[in-house]
Amino acid sequence: MTFEPKIVGFLCNWCSYTGADLAGTSRIHYAPNVRIIRVMCSARIDPTFVLKALHDGADGVLICGCHPGDCHYSEGNYKMMRRYPLLKSLLADYGIEDERVRLEWVSASEGQRFADIVNDMTERVRALGPSPVKAALEADLAER
Amino acid sequence: MADDKLQIAIYWGAACGGCDVSILDTDEFILEIDKAADIRLWPIATDGKYKDIEALADGDLDVAIMSGAVRNSENEHMAHLLRQKSKVFVAYGSCAYMGGIPALANLVPREEIIERAYLNNASLEPGNTTVPRPRTSLNGYDLKLPEFYPRVYKLDQVVDVDYYVPGCPPQPGQAQAAITALVQALTGQAEAPPKGSVVGAYERALCDDCTRTKAEEKKVKRFYRPWEIMQDPEACLMEQGILCAGSATRSGCGVRCPNSGIPCRGCYGPAPGVVDQGAKLLSAVASIIDSKKAEEIDKILLTLPDFTSFANRYSVAASPLQRSHRR
Repeated sequence: MTFEPKIVGFLCNWCSYTGADLAGTSRIHYAPNVRIIRVMCSARIDPTFVLKALHDGADGVLICGCHPGDCHYSEGNYKMMRRYPLLKSLLADYGIEDERVRLEWVSASEGQRFADIVNDMTERVRALGPSPVKAALEADLAER
Repeated sequence: MADDKLQIAIYWGAACGGCDVSILDTDEFILEIDKAADIRLWPIATDGKYKDIEALADGDLDVAIMSGAVRNSENEHMAHLLRQKSKVFVAYGSCAYMGGIPALANLVPREEIIERAYLNNASLEPGNTTVPRPRTSLNGYDLKLPEFYPRVYKLDQVVDVDYYVPGCPPQPGQAQAAITALVQALTGQAEAPPKGSVVGAYERALCDDCTRTKAEEKKVKRFYRPWEIMQDPEACLMEQGILCAGSATRSGCGVRCPNSGIPCRGCYGPAPGVVDQGAKLLSAVASIIDSKKAEEIDKILLTLPDFTSFANRYSVAASPLQRSHRR
């Protein structure tokens, strides 16, 4: 069986989820590998969610929010913007490959952009192969 | 051995011994422990052999208190043995509770640790090739050593744990309170706390008990190591740009570090409701950075070297990722 990456997508309600919706209503074809979870704002995406997704077997995590300056709550996406580099450095220390977690700004009118991002990320994660996290942790504990 | 005395064992896994000292640090209360209990094993303070514990029937021990994480096969063997022989098993201290300092090594592969400790180190004899191995045969003798595991485990990843006492080490007052509560529960004088409880600590974050003054809004343009800045002794450390784990950490220590001008390092574990201390602290830090420009944010973050080892200082094994997954 060929490997199909499982990607969890956290999308803000106001821009990115609407953008993904536009991709759908515009009949744009894109990889079905992303499982979208709608949150009210990218600021709502606690770094714990990303770690939990990886722990539970996600091969990648995509985070999307409004472009800087466009946040429905005026500053929420800046919180995500500041979390992201710190989260990436934490993930690197835990040996998670760079391309498994990605932050992108997608506006409500960018259906095509959303589709392109999902396609691109799916191929990159496919090239990396399955995330080792879940299997490794299960093997660690099975030995005990 | 008087029949009415509680039977207890105190043991250490991968630990520094500070947890044992924190029990000794309860001063004359140690005499109360002695009055109420027979100490069947306590390597740091009393005699008692593994075979004495092995000879007990299951459940013969009322309480086993184990500090330290599981780093090798001996730690694991003793954790299983004490669990089997005891009615109540307590994970005592940050290492037992979350992996602690030893679990920082989970970010590095075992081979690198062996290499650094035994093969490539300035304090070694040049050319040393001797590394500890689980089995060595020499001149007809067979020498066994505990196996050094590829990673560190917190106790409840290896055995069933009834209660957790956090702290590096637990503060003696809290240790005393936790031990007293256990003794009262075991002797029917009080109701036992629910299984899985964190005892000897509070149900709130450290910031709730910290008396430093807090501004409405925290905004920092850079972070400082504690020695890089003349500290305002009254104000919140985070507001001064000094990384402090208090907001993600459970209270119970008496705010000893921030009260002494030292930022909280998170030894009491995640605050109630927090899954991963590191992730929560990461959020808190990101919230106070005073910038909306990606390049400037990157520059500010350069003032936080080795953030992961601070954020998960005691909790790598307890974090959702638990260890490095580098291939």
